[in-house]
Amino acid sequence: MKEEIIIAGFGGQGVLSMGKILAYSGIMQGQEVTWMPSYGPEMRGGTANVTVILSDKKISSPIISKFDTAIILNQQSLDKFEDQVKPGGILIYDPNGITRHPKRTDITICSINAVDISAELGNSKAYNMVVLGGYLQKKSVVKMENVIKGLKKSLPERHHSLIPMNEKAIQEGMNQIKDINKA
Amino acid sequence: MAEHILMKGNEAIAISAIRNGCDGYFGYPITPQSEIMETLMVEKPWETTGMVVLQAESETSSINMLYGGASCGKKVMTSSSSPGLSLMCEGLSYLAGAELPCVVVNVVRGGPGLGTIQPGQGDYFQACKGGGHGDYKMIVLAPSSAQEMYDFVDLGFDLAFKYLSPALILADGVVGQMMEKVELRPMKDRMSNEEIAQKYPWATTGKTPDRKQNVITSLALDAAVHERLNDKLQAKYKQMEEEDVRFETYMCEDAEHVIVAYGCMARICESTIDQARAEGIKLGLLRPITLFPFPTKEIQRLTPQLKTIMSVELSAGQMIEDIRLAVNGQIPVNFFGRLGGIVPSPEEVYEAFKKEINK
Repeated sequence: MKEEIIIAGFGGQGVLSMGKILAYSGIMQGQEVTWMPSYGPEMRGGTANVTVILSDKKISSPIISKFDTAIILNQQSLDKFEDQVKPGGILIYDPNGITRHPKRTDITICSINAVDISAELGNSKAYNMVVLGGYLQKKSVVKMENVIKGLKKSLPERHHSLIPMNEKAIQEGMNQIKDINKA
Repeated sequence: MAEHILMKGNEAIAISAIRNGCDGYFGYPITPQSEIMETLMVEKPWETTGMVVLQAESETSSINMLYGGASCGKKVMTSSSSPGLSLMCEGLSYLAGAELPCVVVNVVRGGPGLGTIQPGQGDYFQACKGGGHGDYKMIVLAPSSAQEMYDFVDLGFDLAFKYLSPALILADGVVGQMMEKVELRPMKDRMSNEEIAQKYPWATTGKTPDRKQNVITSLALDAAVHERLNDKLQAKYKQMEEEDVRFETYMCEDAEHVIVAYGCMARICESTIDQARAEGIKLGLLRPITLFPFPTKEIQRLTPQLKTIMSVELSAGQMIEDIRLAVNGQIPVNFFGRLGGIVPSPEEVYEAFKKEINK
């Protein structure tokens, strides 16, 4: 098993922490992982992306140009990364604020209204966990029990009371992700 | 099972310093390595192991704090990124001249000048060919994973104290910023003052009636005395070349072509090797782990079986000079590099490799 993922969106959406939780979940499952962020003078509202690789074997390059899965949370990232999904791969995006939708027909395209879903849950900060849930529904690369362990490792102890709420957000994301195009 | 923690290379450096008995860290923040001091400040090791962590007023100051700490036989370290390292070069020369051990970390960014905060490998010459003035060298370790960032702090101290010389960890923005799982090795205690006095008779631990005072200096105005000091340094560098060359090879046994790359570029080139092998091209990878001492002998051992050798660097071509010296004109030495903080993908390296061998 080797899964190469790009998660891209605005700074402040929780792109980097979602990648970190996914990577930690991989460690809990006994996988090799790398988490490589775009770093720079970034800020809330700027663009942010992270490449996460999960693998059963040692990972060589943490820098890649083609992805099995792209999780896209804004227009700039969609424009940039749609072409970089491997044929037969998956593109998951939040249609909120998107005017030019993905066009490719050789990949599976899914949408998740994570802004609305997290608002309905009463916690817009759980946005990224809704998206993570949607992803895990499409690709069960890590078991739910390991995601919860990953959450525990990623979050400081004082935030552990929030884990049930995050779990609920992941579950809701799993329930509400929609297929737009099947590869 | 040993505990595995997901952490950035920079965080691994900080945690490793605390867990390997480091006595003091002195630094000044700069991207892309600021997490090192940030992590140390969060961990507050002065409350646990007694390690001192201090933000100096500049890089010049931090390197000279190392001179003071190292003179007392303490395990001291600093970290910075390229422009900060330039400021430290005078101090490094003094540390080398006074034969003092310390660990210095450079998480390299693109230069020259303030350059960019994105990854670079343009400080190879500075690290391996001097940087500061005079005929000195340092042990230069090039980590390519978060685990090696962790492990090379301990290794760096071991080598620094073995040779009484600064050891430099030459990392890059990718290795510093990337998170990977890191296994925490068993803790090592800090040494007590008594242990230091006994183990390092050269250190300025306070004069006792049974010995003369220890003087730490790089000054020797008498030419004959100074030549003897230089001869001693050169003998040390020779010994480093004989005893402490470290490297790793991948798919080199039957290779007809070899890529030489270190740090993040070695990781990227490993994927390039896999792509070439899938197409039946016999390409291998040599990853120098010590850049000084350089794996010259391994390159010379491989040269007879090779058609070409290629240096891949995030620079305009610096390590390639050491490869050329080793190959000594026997086979073509090709080059591929990107500048300005751009990190090429494995595919881009592969295209460049194919273009060179088909010339």
